[in-house]
Amino acid sequence: MTPVQDDFEPKIVAFLCKWCSSAGSDLAGVSRLQYPPNAVPIQVMCSGSVSPLYIMSAFKKGADGVLVSGCHPGDCHYMKGNYFARRRLFLVQKLLNFVGLEKDRFRMSWVSAAEGAKFAEVVGDFVRDIKALGPQRRLKARR
Amino acid sequence: MSAKRTGVFVCHCGNNIAATVDVKKVAAELGKDDGVVVARDYVYMCSDPGQNAVINAVKDNKLDSVVISCCSPTLHEKTFRDASEQGGLNGFQCEIANIREQCAWVHRDRDQATEKAIRITRSAIRRAQRNVALEPIGVPVTRRVLVIGGGIAGIQAALDLANTGLEVVLVEKQPTIGGHMLQLSETFPTLDCSQCILSPKMVEVSKHPKITLMVQSEVESVSGFVGNFKARIKTKAIYVDPEVCKICDDCANVCPVAVPNQYDVGLTNRRAIHIPFAQAIPATYTLDENACLGLNPVVCGKCADACEAGAINYDKRPTVKEIDIGAIVVATGFDLYAKEKLGEYGAGRYEDVLDGLQFERLCSASGATGGHVLRPSDHKEPKEVVFIQCAGSRDPQTHCAYCSKICCMYTAKHATLYKHHVPDGQAYVFYIDIRSGGKGYEEFVQRTMEDDGVVYLRGRVSKVYEKGGKIRVLGVDTLSGRNVEIDADMVVLAQAMQPSKGTAEVAKILKIGRDKDGFLAEAHPKLRPVESVTAGIFLAGTAQGPKDIPETVTQASAAAGKVIALLSKDELAHSPTVAKVKYSLCTGCEMCVDACPYEAIRLVDGKAVVNEVLCEGCGTCSGTCLRAAIDVKNVTQMQIHDMISAVMGG
Repeated sequence: MTPVQDDFEPKIVAFLCKWCSSAGSDLAGVSRLQYPPNAVPIQVMCSGSVSPLYIMSAFKKGADGVLVSGCHPGDCHYMKGNYFARRRLFLVQKLLNFVGLEKDRFRMSWVSAAEGAKFAEVVGDFVRDIKALGPQRRLKARR
Repeated sequence: MSAKRTGVFVCHCGNNIAATVDVKKVAAELGKDDGVVVARDYVYMCSDPGQNAVINAVKDNKLDSVVISCCSPTLHEKTFRDASEQGGLNGFQCEIANIREQCAWVHRDRDQATEKAIRITRSAIRRAQRNVALEPIGVPVTRRVLVIGGGIAGIQAALDLANTGLEVVLVEKQPTIGGHMLQLSETFPTLDCSQCILSPKMVEVSKHPKITLMVQSEVESVSGFVGNFKARIKTKAIYVDPEVCKICDDCANVCPVAVPNQYDVGLTNRRAIHIPFAQAIPATYTLDENACLGLNPVVCGKCADACEAGAINYDKRPTVKEIDIGAIVVATGFDLYAKEKLGEYGAGRYEDVLDGLQFERLCSASGATGGHVLRPSDHKEPKEVVFIQCAGSRDPQTHCAYCSKICCMYTAKHATLYKHHVPDGQAYVFYIDIRSGGKGYEEFVQRTMEDDGVVYLRGRVSKVYEKGGKIRVLGVDTLSGRNVEIDADMVVLAQAMQPSKGTAEVAKILKIGRDKDGFLAEAHPKLRPVESVTAGIFLAGTAQGPKDIPETVTQASAAAGKVIALLSKDELAHSPTVAKVKYSLCTGCEMCVDACPYEAIRLVDGKAVVNEVLCEGCGTCSGTCLRAAIDVKNVTQMQIHDMISAVMGG
């Protein structure tokens, strides 16, 4: 195992659905809750629109962690998009494990527009967990 | 591909962003990016000078694309898209990068926050550079409204809509409109006669040239989408012609069948052929085919013989009518919580344990006892009456968890009316709290306690049972700390309001959501209380939640207002960020067809085709397609991949 450097700052890509998780993230901002800056958000319309290729692409480009966050099951703004996300990304998780990527580098969360504090907690926990895993090397493209 | 001429504007937002993010550095860095020909920072981009800077930059630099790096798009996306349009650029070429709520406000380290702001903005630039110009999709509308439910909510909505010239179809399950309000005796806090204030509105509905009233009718199915629905309405066989019936009562006099009268909540009987109320609208008798001996004249036929006007025809059949409508208002009302479930209060077992509506019918001059408060069992005047509030509500373990909102007020009303009818009687009210928030409500309750001498006992009732011809009520008065035993002549329960049975059925047909208690779900509990999540379908009245008459009327007018706004233009503007198929890549596997929550995709000649009016642009199809053959305009997979590169520092 490569020893983890103390100054390792993970790079995380966070796909946030517009109606719930991105709004929850905005609420965390309005509430001035603080969390680590390692996760850069990409707003998608629905967690159901997240293609497995996005996750692969992120890891290939060197992401240390990938987060996908959507509306709570049952509350999808588009009624059932997040059900597709849940099932599809569960399979992506299995595939990532199969190719040897550490299990915890990819995470799904459900954050509603009212859960600013939860969003800050989700990001904070994820950054802490990825720091412990160290830099991602398995899927990062070699130039 | 040659990058579009892009303008980047980074906002300080006073100190909100600039205190944490080095906005000048962000602008300078991005000024070096491919295609960025203008990169500026300004203290308040959303201000007039800020917007003018965008407009002028678009004109002076012939910009194809604009990115504003500022607060959340929920605040000013429209502002800057409008500004872009003013500069001559299509609004959809403008993108927002959120570096405030999702960056400056949540981080402290200046270097890290600035680096993140650069990546967020670069990500927006990459996306904007692949955007295409889009125009809102025009959807034609039908200027006709379907109102489901003819109680006070449906009546008010129908009148408000019809008075603006819109066509209204009002569908009601019962033979008369008026709903539960028609069953009431008086209404709190004014003690207005309920039928007196309701009847004029009912008559207005019947006479209004723009309202088509369909009673004994139910909605069978609804298809289509906002502005363009198609509804199938099923009407029962109408055996008595409302145009001919003279309301003479000759038919009911000879009818041999007597059944419990549901309008009097079972306190009296009615004939199979009957008029629900004297004030029924449509003003006609009606034949209940379930109670009738047989529509075959050989079996009975007495009413048709007795009818001098010749209004009765046994050969009528149910009919189905299909109508085009632009919007729907659901006002299907409430039922009371089933008395049978309140066995501990003797409900359903003792004749003299009544529910709130039954007590109303006793008080009503047109009711079972001609307005005298009498015990159903022996028709004697009750001298001691116990009212029990919160029967079935505020009880998460056994019954409904919620507060039914109106029971404190109508119980006070009932106790007051009882004392007016029986001045030497004694009334007791068992309560947990008194909720009397409306105008004049608190004063009303105080008058009930002080002027009418009603005894209010703060405590719950544990058991109600019959003993020696009286109804014994065991309760507690927590303020004095003592148990209370009352041998009452009558007990009246304030049962919880529940969404009516029809509400559940209509919600399924329209595919609109209901909340945890079965009430219709509103789009937002605070800010959008009369809209369902489905565009074009609006909610009004107790079907959406327990409420009193003024709130119901308010909601009905609000729903009508929303409909009027929706149908006010010739065309509806539908968001153009919809899905689009790349036919060369599509293999017709239909996975997207199954995935679409709006059933907006279908297969035509072996390729997927998107109905742009139904498509809401969620992108579930795009995430599902194995070949990336379907994309949402301006949120394409290529764009997302470019954004991922930007986020990763590439």
